[in-house]
Amino acid sequence: MKGLKYLVLGTLFGVTMIKSEAASWYRIHEMFRFESFHMFGIIGVAVVLGAILVAIIKKKHLKTLKGTKVPLHPKSMSIPRYLIGGTIFGLGWAMTGACPGPLYALIGQGTWILIVVVISALLGTLVYGALREKLPH
Amino acid sequence: MLEWLSQPWHWSVSGILLAGVMVTLLFLEKSFGMSATMRTMCAIGGAGKKIKFFDFDWSTQKWNLIFMLGVVFGGVLASTFLSSSEPVDLSVSTVDNLKNMGVAVPTVYTDSFVPSNLFTFDQLYTVRGFVLIIIGGFMIGFGARYAGGCTSGHAISGLANLQLPSLIAVVGFFIGGIIMTHLLLPVILQL
Repeated sequence: MKGLKYLVLGTLFGVTMIKSEAASWYRIHEMFRFESFHMFGIIGVAVVLGAILVAIIKKKHLKTLKGTKVPLHPKSMSIPRYLIGGTIFGLGWAMTGACPGPLYALIGQGTWILIVVVISALLGTLVYGALREKLPH
Repeated sequence: MLEWLSQPWHWSVSGILLAGVMVTLLFLEKSFGMSATMRTMCAIGGAGKKIKFFDFDWSTQKWNLIFMLGVVFGGVLASTFLSSSEPVDLSVSTVDNLKNMGVAVPTVYTDSFVPSNLFTFDQLYTVRGFVLIIIGGFMIGFGARYAGGCTSGHAISGLANLQLPSLIAVVGFFIGGIIMTHLLLPVILQL
């Protein structure tokens, strides 16, 4: 069962999203009002610890379990793409109070209305794909 | 054990687990990114026949769909076995402001995730519900693909890899989030 490890990792991530309350609309709202440290603490610890581990991987030239290069690719530089795309995402994030990971976890929790959010997000993905050539990148 | 796990998890514990998931995926030759699943689902649905962006070998993304099913299952586990007895512990000023705007404030754990008077199927027939649920969802999907990633891909994986593009994307997330939360949401809630 090759996929089992991904299922286990996804489950751990899903439980973490719920139990850390990162999947709460209220926590996201509070974050954008800068009235609690909670979300900044979660993201901050993940980034700092992640950066240390990534730096170790690079410094020691660690390989994946298959012996291949660890997929740490530099992203191509652009300002409009990340700034405009990011801002649109941020507007949506503050409306639905959930980004894709938490959305899936909340659906598992039985918040069925969020299935409609996922369908809308799929539509948004589709429209981006269709308009891609016409947008500044 | 279950009782101990059922308490709300401290932010540091959650941060450590997130970094752990990201790095474990790296050692499995994969990049942590949840919104990529949406592109994959469009591709599976046949969007690649008409739109080049979805014309790729989605079998390389199967692992991410399995991961996504795990996330859903994590939600099932958390709600079945790890329900806390306390509602989300928000700051007093946030709660006061929500009450002023007419947003339901959580008094029990089960109401801690989405406002019970905004995120319902009935609300889809109101302007504010339609905007928050349908337009909000659309912008998440559109914006994430435009920016090439969402919170997991940019704010966690990208920043941990010290990528300037990811930092720009995260600045964008906050520009959008602040504009929505402080300027637009109070207006949308009146619709």
